[in-house]
Amino acid sequence: MKNQSNQENKTRFYKKTIIENSVNVFLLLLPFIILMFSMFVGRYSISPDIILKIFLSKIIYIQPTWDPTMESVIFDVRLPRAIAAMIVGAGLSVSGASFQGLFKNPLVSPQILGVSAGAGFGAAIALLLWEKVYIVQLCAFLGGIFAVTFTYRISKIYKTTPLLMLVLSGMVTAALFSALTSLIKYVADPWNKLPAIVFWLMGSFNAVSRRDLVFLGPLIIAGLIVLFLIRWRINVLSLGDEEARSMGINTEQLKFIIILSATVITASCVCISGIIGWVGLIIPHVGRILVGPDHKKLIPASLLLGASYLLFVDDVARSVVSTEIPIGILTAIIGAPFFAYLIRKSKSGWNY
Amino acid sequence: MKPILQIKKGGFSYIDGTYVFQNIDFSLNRGEVLCILGPNGTGKSTLIKCLTKILSLDEGQILLDGVDFSTLTNEEIARKIGYVPQSHYSAFPYSVQDLIVMGRAPHLGLFSVPASADFELAYKAMETVGISHLADRPCTELSGGEQRLVLIARVLTQQPDILLLDEPTSHLDIGNQVRLLRLVNNLSKTGLSIIMSSHFPDHAFISSQKVVLMKEGKLVGLGSPDDTVTEENLRSVYGINVKIKSIADEINRKICIPVI
Repeated sequence: MKNQSNQENKTRFYKKTIIENSVNVFLLLLPFIILMFSMFVGRYSISPDIILKIFLSKIIYIQPTWDPTMESVIFDVRLPRAIAAMIVGAGLSVSGASFQGLFKNPLVSPQILGVSAGAGFGAAIALLLWEKVYIVQLCAFLGGIFAVTFTYRISKIYKTTPLLMLVLSGMVTAALFSALTSLIKYVADPWNKLPAIVFWLMGSFNAVSRRDLVFLGPLIIAGLIVLFLIRWRINVLSLGDEEARSMGINTEQLKFIIILSATVITASCVCISGIIGWVGLIIPHVGRILVGPDHKKLIPASLLLGASYLLFVDDVARSVVSTEIPIGILTAIIGAPFFAYLIRKSKSGWNY
Repeated sequence: MKPILQIKKGGFSYIDGTYVFQNIDFSLNRGEVLCILGPNGTGKSTLIKCLTKILSLDEGQILLDGVDFSTLTNEEIARKIGYVPQSHYSAFPYSVQDLIVMGRAPHLGLFSVPASADFELAYKAMETVGISHLADRPCTELSGGEQRLVLIARVLTQQPDILLLDEPTSHLDIGNQVRLLRLVNNLSKTGLSIIMSSHFPDHAFISSQKVVLMKEGKLVGLGSPDDTVTEENLRSVYGINVKIKSIADEINRKICIPVI
């Protein structure tokens, strides 16, 4: 009797692993497929075989039969931009998934503690006063970190940071910094500075350079590694402070690690690309449909899906019409209806 | 015999200074089942939360195997003491086995994920509790009785020496209540020490060797069920008349009958 049920369990287990493995293979391949595709999307047309040769020529010697401009288009323009889109997509999605676990709420986005509002304000003030790209990025990063520190300080009550206080302080902080950003827009010169600020806030990978990747990429990747390592503990934390503590979790420490990592990631993302909404909210939901709610699988799935999705949307942004569409607008235009579809489909709340 | 868990002059108050409970003294011996009785709002749940350091005492001390609680981390305590909350809500539909394996958290490092050995322990706990068939079900779609059993399986996966059960039978039908008390009795036979709170004085007779009687945050009775759960004590604690009768026959224990 017991043997039989063991046998049944085993067959069930193998069936499950086959499905799981195919999902895993799909998730792992997706970013590479879209990356290859991205290399020949653009107004300067390069045929796929030449792209392949250009890449291979970096590993083995191939007699160049192509225009050197092509190589420059790929390595100086398309590849850095694609990698930036992937890192930002992965960063926002993993931060979103971690925050949804931390706040026990699937409607949370990485911006909930005011990081984007703060970063937007930092960038706006820098664009108004100095205009230099690296100063704008530095101010955006510091603005984001400052805003979240502010939120965290307000919500800290007697050695604990209740989630409700965090959410409310986040709203306060975001409102404050958005108002300050509006103030800067109001006083900015409407011919020159104002459009610069508005476009920057809409988000774009247009201005991405290799230097951005060298400085900001490692910060995002470091945050991703930390969140990846603690991913299983997010499960326990998502049961609520009391249950988590009764299972030996140092809840304040874990909350702090998650908030710090997600904030560094999101602030760095805003520095690279401006404010891009909806990715951090939606991708974890798609991840849950594919691999389930367990953060042990959800965090890596969100990473791969987020990287693929934002890269794909950026391809659309730079190729559909003759002028580039700001990617922040596109993620919302694609994301909002898709989210509506998701919530309609999951009739019983969040059980996919 | 040295008690495994002991609370001395324990007191807890809210920030505004009003006491939830005060001057609580009792101890739990190895393998013992202790039942906390008392009316609604008398601080039973708060006391249980203090006993697993979800909350910290404001006065007095708690000793675990003779070691002061304040010197222990939540992780160290969770390896020895398991807690089953009165109710459980999960925002995410984790599968039952994923929820149960979370009980391994105090034994795993910050960067670890549960290995197959941890899942083995979870499966074993599910078998003990009799819920192996629920392994792949989402934890958000369980009945009240199933949910309680899942939480008990999770706490067993934690491999503690002491179980704290906060009203384990609340919201359960009479069948599930009895099955749960039977499970408590079986677990105590395996050597676990158990503290549970209850609203039914009968549970003290069914399961426990020691009773703590609380009223308005104070200890008003402590001892064996026979000495503590008396008609007089129940009248003074709950403000109603209760008859306690010994039933011979197959039942062979005392029962409480409220007089309307």
